[in-house]
This record gives sequence, C-alpha cells and structure tokens, in this order.
Amino acid sequence: MSTATLAPTTAPRAGDAPAAPSLLRLVRVELRKTYDTRAGFWLLLVVALAALTVVTLQMLFAEEPDKTFAMFVGTTQLPVNLLLPVVGILLVTSEWSQRTAMTTFTLVPARSRVLTAKVIVGVLLGLLGTVAALLASALGALLTPILTTDATDWGISAGHLAQVALLQVLTILIGVAFGMLLLSSPLAIVLYFVLPTVVTIVANTVGALAWVRDWLDQATTMAPMFEGLLSSGEDWARLATTVALWLVAPMVAGWIRIIRSEIG
Amino acid sequence: MITVEHLTKRYGAQLAVSDVSFSCAPGTVTGFLGPNGAGKSTTLRAVCGLTLPTSGTTAVAGRPYRELPNAGRHVGVLLDAGAQHAGRTGRETLALAALVQGVARSRVDEVLQQVGLAGKPAGKRVGKYSLGMRQRLGLAMALLGEPQVLVLDEPANGLDPEGIFWMRGLLRGFADRGGTVLLSSHLLREVEAVADQLVVIAGGRIVAQGSSEELLASTGTLVRARDRAALTGALAAAGIGVTPGPADALIADGPAEAVGIAAATGGVPLLELRPAGGDRLEELFRSLTDPTAGAAAAADRQIQETSA
Repeated sequence: MSTATLAPTTAPRAGDAPAAPSLLRLVRVELRKTYDTRAGFWLLLVVALAALTVVTLQMLFAEEPDKTFAMFVGTTQLPVNLLLPVVGILLVTSEWSQRTAMTTFTLVPARSRVLTAKVIVGVLLGLLGTVAALLASALGALLTPILTTDATDWGISAGHLAQVALLQVLTILIGVAFGMLLLSSPLAIVLYFVLPTVVTIVANTVGALAWVRDWLDQATTMAPMFEGLLSSGEDWARLATTVALWLVAPMVAGWIRIIRSEIG
Repeated sequence: MITVEHLTKRYGAQLAVSDVSFSCAPGTVTGFLGPNGAGKSTTLRAVCGLTLPTSGTTAVAGRPYRELPNAGRHVGVLLDAGAQHAGRTGRETLALAALVQGVARSRVDEVLQQVGLAGKPAGKRVGKYSLGMRQRLGLAMALLGEPQVLVLDEPANGLDPEGIFWMRGLLRGFADRGGTVLLSSHLLREVEAVADQLVVIAGGRIVAQGSSEELLASTGTLVRARDRAALTGALAAAGIGVTPGPADALIADGPAEAVGIAAATGGVPLLELRPAGGDRLEELFRSLTDPTAGAAAAADRQIQETSA
C-alpha cells in the first residue's frame, strides 16, 4: 500500500467514441461472474458432484431394470434441476446483495442489455447442466457392466433428450425470473422452493382447484419432462400456461422494475 | 464536461434534491460539498444514470449518461467503495470491468500499480480489504477505461492522511491533463486543497457556488477586543457591518485599516486584527452541519455574496 505511485495516467483522450460492448461480450462477462467467486464456484461444483453421486448410488444399489442410460438421465437431471435455479437466482440477486449492480449499470447504462445477457447465460447454464448430467449418465452406463454384474442399455429417444434440455432451461429461467422480481437472494430462494410446493399441495387437496393442478402446477405439468413424457398438444398447452405464470410473468414484472428502479 | 441543469429529485413527499444546477469544465476539479444527507449522493447517482430525476437534466460529455455507448471509457465512476463483490479478488473485479469496456488486460496491472494495490493485495478477496484498500480499488475501477471525466463520491473516506495526499495528487494531475473531476465530500478541508471550484449543497439546494479562490478568499477582517459590545458600537459608528466570528471575535465587513481606525476612534483596545481568511465558508459549512446554528440565515448571506 505504501508503494503507491504518482505515475501519471495516460492523458485523458479527446472525445472519440468507443463502441458499446457487444451482447456476446456481456454474455461472457455474466457467465464469468457465475464462477469467479468462491460461492459461485462451489455451487457449480456441487451441482456436478450431485449428478455424479446420484449415478454412483443408482449404479451400485438400484435394481437391474434401473441401469439403462435413459433411466440414468432421468435421475441425474434431478439434482441439477434442483440446484441450477439457485445459480439462476444468484445470477441476478448477487448484484443487489453484493451491491455490484452499481458498477454493472454504470458501466452498461442500457440495463436491458445486461438483463438480456443474464437470460442468455441462464439458457447456456441450463444446457450445460443438461450436458453435465448426460456425461454423468454416460459414465454410469459405461461403468455398469464393468463394476457390476448388471447389463446396460444405451437407447434414448431424441424427444426425451429435448424435453430434458428444455426442462433444465425453463427451470433455471424461473430462477432468474424470481431473482429479477425479488432482488433478494434469501427471499427469492425460499419463495422459489416454497411457492410451487404450496401450489402443488393445495391444488392436489382442494378438489375445486383441479384446474390449477392441471394447468399451473409445476409438479403436474413440468415434472413428466424428466422422462420425456409430454406428448399431446394439451400437454404442451399446460406447460405453456405453467411457464407463463412461473417464468414469463415474474420476469416481465421484474424486468420493468429493474429498468425503472434506482440503483444503489 | 459535466452539466447538471435544474435537477430535482423527489422521493414521495421528501424532496432530496431541489433545482440544482452547476457545471464542471475540463481541466478543473470541482468539490461538491455538503453535510451527510444533503443530496450529494442523489445528485451524483443522477449524473451517472442510476437514478431518474423527477425533473431537470444531467449530461456528461454532452449527452445523458444513459446514452453513452461505452460509459466506462468516458466516465470513471466511484460512488461506493463497498459496492464490490466480497468473494472476488481485486484483480478479478478489475478484469471483469476491463472485459466489459473492451480495454486491454494490461490496463488492469497498470491501474493496480497506480493505486498501490499491485502484487499481493490484488490477489486478495475484496471481502478482506480495508476500507482504504476498497477506495483504492474503486479508484482503479474508475481509471481503468482511461476516461476524460471522473465522478467520485467521498473518495477520501477510509484513506489515511498519506492516502488522501496521494489521491489529491492523482486528481490534480488528471485535471491538469485536461480531465474533468467532480468529487464530493462532507469535509471542507479535504477538498479545498485540490478543488478549483466549489459547489456547496444543503437540504437539497445549492447554498454556495463559485471558484475556490473566490469562496475561500478573505471575506472580511477578524477583529477581537476585550469589550465586544464597545467594539460593535465603535464599528457601527464607522458604518462597518459585523457578524459573529469564532469564539468572541467579530468578522467586520471592511479592510483591516478601516476597522483599526474605527476601533481607535471609539477608544476600544484591540486584541486581534487580521484577515478573516476562508472562515466564512467554513462558518457557513459548520452552520450547515449543525442545524441549530441558523443554517438558513448563513445560507442566505452566502447566496447574496455569491450572486453579488
């Protein structure tokens, strides 16, 4: 600290106009922010370890019919699906809890560009999470005949893979949307886990709310995607209404709030 | 160049900033002074596009901050040294900002060197930094994009005397090379040594504004006698106005010679007779920070002076 120098800065330049950072650049920055802190790094590591743990347990202790690649895929996506939305929430809320929003939005005053970059990062992380879970599943399917006496089966449908990937992307984006709406890590994380569960319980016990269960309950309309079970047009319509409530609505409201709000 | 025109910001019923106008020219340092809660930070946040004014406009380099394509390359901003992620290292914090602005990675090491955080401190997490180190990191952030304008909110907070001296040199050098500096402080002494221009704000309004020379110049004569009432009478008889000065002294509104002659004529022995220095600004400033000291009266007096 005492070595502070008075070395002159480069002279302030005349008013040339440096280009605005491209969206790709902002996406790189936002992606890097998810793993360059201790908390972010460990969270991502835990996601990967959880997928590996699930594979190991399933490989060593599950009954024989559970050893297919498709079944591994169904189970490895679960821990990823549980934890990745937290990464999505923190992607937004840490800017407020750590107050870095001030720096972020003074460097990029066009706030929508930053938010767009964060949503794209959410999509990328959802896809990366899917790939990580697929790799863990492949490892399980590969090692099953080597480490155990059971057989394995590599068959999986493209539809199943697509639904799993879509599910991961949608869930992390729900996390991002909760973060945008609430701008508080603990509040967003608690409500993200509690609200859908409450809706599931209420909608399944109160008979008059059967329409809520059928059209708005994540456990009913989204969870079957783990197994690639969405098939009819109505299934997809139910997914769409659920996504509109849990993802689109909070994201739009949060987006508007962030654009208008005072930072700092 | 920074321009603030008729800036007003209202939060519900509370008026945080009211009709504030000033401008900062290239090559100068502007000290933005006021007690805590006077509206300094709100004004600076409005300048940096973080807060939308209720009315009025702000512009940096000729346009609203929000329309700067790559803001960090025009304006270096340090509004709150605490607003950095505690889990990132100092170097990583700067590396992210360098990536956003598209400046070379080598700039990160340059500014770390410049603010005295090169080497070991750069690799430490910001959570482990002292307030002084955070201020240095904040200055490094502000300087990173080689901007022409610096906006700094209380940058001397947490710096030791050596650090404050160093920062003055840095800001002076920046302005002398044609840059524009706007820095706020709640301490007059902190900025008077470096500022070319002073803007004093209290209760959301500008109460004094002008060049430092003008505002800090001798604004009267400090005179003290054992019998204060007799002295007041003698000066009044000579047509010299007075205001209460520090302790039992008076600030007479006239040159020392006239004051001395008036006292001699009135037969009042003097204990002290000297130019009042910048005491009026300091007095004004002290009265602003202490609401019981008649801030309004002092403010009115000062406004008359600056508009005269």
